Amino acid sequence: MKTDDLVAALSAHVEPVNRKLVSRTVYIALTAGTAVALGIMLVGLGVRADLMTARALLFLLLKLAFTVGIVGVASAYLMRLARPGSQARTWSISAAVPFVAIVLVSAISLGLAPSSHWNKMVMGDEWLECLLSIPIIAIVPFAVIIAAVRRTAPTNLVRTGAVAGLIAGGVSAMAYALHCTDDSFPFVAIWYGGTIVLCTLAGAALGPRLLRW
Amino acid sequence: MTTREIELKALMLASLDGDAASHRALLERLSRRLRAYYKAKLARIGRDATEAEDLVQEAVLAIHIKRHTYDPAEPLTPWVHAIARYKLIDFLRRNRASISDVPIEEADTVMAQDDNVGAESTYDLKRLMQRLPEKMRCSIEAVKLDGQSIAEAADRCGISESGVKVNIHRGLKTLAVLIARETRT
Repeated sequence: MKTDDLVAALSAHVEPVNRKLVSRTVYIALTAGTAVALGIMLVGLGVRADLMTARALLFLLLKLAFTVGIVGVASAYLMRLARPGSQARTWSISAAVPFVAIVLVSAISLGLAPSSHWNKMVMGDEWLECLLSIPIIAIVPFAVIIAAVRRTAPTNLVRTGAVAGLIAGGVSAMAYALHCTDDSFPFVAIWYGGTIVLCTLAGAALGPRLLRW
Repeated sequence: MTTREIELKALMLASLDGDAASHRALLERLSRRLRAYYKAKLARIGRDATEAEDLVQEAVLAIHIKRHTYDPAEPLTPWVHAIARYKLIDFLRRNRASISDVPIEEADTVMAQDDNVGAESTYDLKRLMQRLPEKMRCSIEAVKLDGQSIAEAADRCGISESGVKVNIHRGLKTLAVLIARETRT
C-alpha cells in the first residue's frame, strides 16, 4: 500500500472532532464506576447502622476526604496520561500526597494513644472484610475506567494502568467507607491505603496488556 | 516555537474542525517527517529501513484515529512525537528487539528533516480489507477509496448514514489492529 493512498483515503470525509471527548469519557467512566461501587456496597454489605451519629459521620467524612482526594488527583493525572506528549511527571508526587497525609496523621494518633490501644487501633474489628471488600468492589470500576482509557491514547501503559487501578481502588474505598465501622486513623491508613496500593500495583501489572493500541 | 510547529498546529486545528484539505495536508507533511524519523531510528539500531514505511503508515493511521486526544492548548510537536515513539517501541517489542536500544531523543528530531520519497509499505490494504466485516468494508471502500459521499455509501451498503460513519470509524480501528498484526514477524 502506498502511504499517499492511505493519506488520501483517511482525508475523504473528515468529521469534526469533539475536543472535550477525552475528559468527557473519563468523567462518564468515573461516574459509572462510582455508581457501580455504591450499588455493590449497598447490596452486598449495607450502610453502617450508626451512620447518623456524630462520631460515625465525622469519621465517614475523614475517610471520604482521604478517598475522594485520591480519586480527584488520580483522575486529573489520568487525563494527562490519556493524551500523548503531556508533561505528567510531577503528578506522581501529587498522587502520593493523600497517602503521606494519612500516614502522618496515623503516626500522630498512635503517638497520642496508650500503647495498649495500638492493637485495636491498627487491626480494628473487620480488617479482613476491608482487605477483601475494597479490591473486590474495585474490579468493575477498574474495568469501566480501562474501557474508557482504551478510547484515548496512553503512551506509558504501566503508569496509566497503575493510575486506573488507583482510581478504582479509591472509588471502591469511598463506597466501602459507608459500611465500615472501624473508626481509627491507623486502620484507614493500613487497610484502606494498603488495599488501594494493591489495586494500583494490579493496574500497573495489567496496563500493558489491557491498554495496547 | 518554530514556524513549522505553528503551521502544522494550524493545519491540525482546522482538521479537528473537519476541514478535509487541511487534514490531508497535515497527514502528508507528517508522513514525510515520520519517514525520516523512522528510517534514522531503524538504521541506528541496525534494522532494515524498508520496515520504516510500515511504521509510517501505522503512525499516520494512529494520528488519524486518535486525533481527539490532541489538546489544542498544547503544542503539536510533542503529541506527534509521543505517538511516533510509542509506535516505534510497540513495533520493536512485537519484533522482539531490545527496547533499550532505542535512543531517547529530543522531541525536535521527529520534525527535523523532510523525506520526500514516495513510498510503499509491505502490506496490501485491499487484502487486509477482505478480513473486515461486510458493513465496515463496504463503508470504507465507498467513502475512503471510491470517494463517494456518505449518502451514496449508505445507499450502496444498505445502512443508514450514521451507520456508515460508525462503520468507517470502527473499520479503521480494526484495520489498524490488522496492520499491527501483519507487521509482527
